[in-house]
Amino acid sequence: MLALTSPIQTYAHRLPTGLKLALLCGFTIVLFALKSPVSLTLAAFTLAALIATAGPQFAHASLKMLRPLIPFILIVALWHVITQDPGGAPILLRMITAVAAANFVTMTTRLSDMIAVIEALARPLKPILPPKTLALAIALTIRFTPTLLIRADQIAEGWRARSPKRPGWRILLPSTLAALDDADRAAEALRARGGLG
Amino acid sequence: MEKHLTHIALFAALIAVLGLVPKIDLASGVPITAQSLGIMLCGTVLGAKRGALAVLLFLALTLAGLPLLSGGRGGLGVLASPTSGYVIGFPIAAFVTGMIVENWRAPILPVAIIAAFLGGLVLLNTIGILGMAYVLDKNLAEASLLALPFLIGDLIKSVLAGFITQAIARMRPDALLSRS
Repeated sequence: MLALTSPIQTYAHRLPTGLKLALLCGFTIVLFALKSPVSLTLAAFTLAALIATAGPQFAHASLKMLRPLIPFILIVALWHVITQDPGGAPILLRMITAVAAANFVTMTTRLSDMIAVIEALARPLKPILPPKTLALAIALTIRFTPTLLIRADQIAEGWRARSPKRPGWRILLPSTLAALDDADRAAEALRARGGLG
Repeated sequence: MEKHLTHIALFAALIAVLGLVPKIDLASGVPITAQSLGIMLCGTVLGAKRGALAVLLFLALTLAGLPLLSGGRGGLGVLASPTSGYVIGFPIAAFVTGMIVENWRAPILPVAIIAAFLGGLVLLNTIGILGMAYVLDKNLAEASLLALPFLIGDLIKSVLAGFITQAIARMRPDALLSRS
């Protein structure tokens, strides 16, 4: 499973994760407080300049990360053209800038560094959520995802061997049952190795 | 204890895998995916607390930068996008769904369908619509229009979640942590 971290190394990759997250927090709060189109445009250009300093390849990748916003951009633009309300531009500017800024932090931070931040944030919960348990849960989830996909593929193959129809939602239940059995076996294996205690 | 942990991790992975099921895109851009089925199942099978924990685990990994949300989305940008309300609503929806299944001691099939409907459709869409209204600066009626086409899919998913939960109750009764 590939993380969204950009393989193109930039100077921002070397900044401390906590600093990047704090700056992002501040930037987003300011962004949502800004009302005038001029100041929002200024904020958008500042961010665009920041992204551009990481090189053209990186900038292209950041642009691609904004693709899920396209339907919303089209709908809001259409809405404001039909209602003849000029208020659409600031809304879109704010939304695109906020998402692009957050993506910038995601793209310049390694997954392991982000997980370290999550673990640090969860440290006050120590009595109810021991750090070791959290780390194990994260690792198990990352491991179970491809396992589940393999189980579903195996059952889909079995389905195709017997039926000319395409395997649809019907393989969901047997895949889930197989995965539950996998989870039980993983639990037994953990217990056999000393458990969570 | 170990079993609870592995089952929570498994359902977190299940939400991720259901997000990979090819999506059908309708006009308003919120993709119809099987992902919210995973949220419903977390509640109906794992129960309130563990279901919400599984969803939070999934969200932690998504926000940390794994592209696990439907359409390969992930990272911190998710929280600033118009669909942020749905993401924030995920754990709440799973918790409420689980609470209904835990406390309403009627046959599992109708209870699970109604719980998935109330948590995964009514509550989740309410929070999602509030989020869209805020980010896109529209009023609630306008934002609801964006969610409307997806309610049929959500209705089908509620029923499917009910039947899967019933099947798990029959075939793997020990796995139904919401009723144990």
